[in-house]
Amino acid sequence: MKIDTRTVGDVTVLDISGKITLGEGTMAVRNTVREILKNGGKKIVLNLAEVNYIDSSGIGELVSSYTTVTNQGGHLKLLNLTKKIQELLAITKLLTVFQTFDNEQAALKSF
Amino acid sequence: MSTKSDRIEIRIGSALEYLDLVQTLTDCITGFIGFDEDTAHWIGMSVRESVTNAIQHGNRLDQSKRVDISFEFAPDHLDISVKDEGTGFQIDRLPNPLDAENLLKPSGRGIFYIRSFMDEVEFIPHAQGGMEVHMVKKVPSN
Repeated sequence: MKIDTRTVGDVTVLDISGKITLGEGTMAVRNTVREILKNGGKKIVLNLAEVNYIDSSGIGELVSSYTTVTNQGGHLKLLNLTKKIQELLAITKLLTVFQTFDNEQAALKSF
Repeated sequence: MSTKSDRIEIRIGSALEYLDLVQTLTDCITGFIGFDEDTAHWIGMSVRESVTNAIQHGNRLDQSKRVDISFEFAPDHLDISVKDEGTGFQIDRLPNPLDAENLLKPSGRGIFYIRSFMDEVEFIPHAQGGMEVHMVKKVPSN
């Protein structure tokens, strides 16, 4: 699992690739998001295009990151959901929680 | 594959490091049976969630306790069992992750996903201790 962080204007985009599963994967997402918040970042996009596997703990970490960012007055949005992540979010009603985009420009403009 | 059912059993320790090994074995078995890619993915995820629960919540990561996993496959179905050595739980007491008050909780979706992706799911508490998750996925007829 790998996370590349880049900034576009005042938005931080996390390009995540590999597996977001219990343990190393979920911890990496958590730590990266908290580090961005610690450094004053409030607008975060998680680009999930290259996430080839996620389990319920990974979905839970997306929720946890969303609530942590929101509670600190920030915004966290999801970009490029794979079909499988879309399905996992849909059946647990989480598509009603997250703002999701399949176009990076649209995601960046939404803040 | 023979017309009778075949069975593969493994026993693992209560360590999360075994999850990828179990996942790989599950992927091999679903590939051998001939499930399509999406169905195989969801079966693999269901097994991974069951084994995670067995290690983490059932055996509470106690290295002296084991998790038994069995795959029994026949031409028309795959039957999977995951058994821990924990004290068990009451399935009807688990919070519904779809309820508004649970929607933003970071955990509690694993069993919901298992039930969504498998055709049959049973939770069997054993009198001698331990909880067994029994799951069935039917093989679509051509």
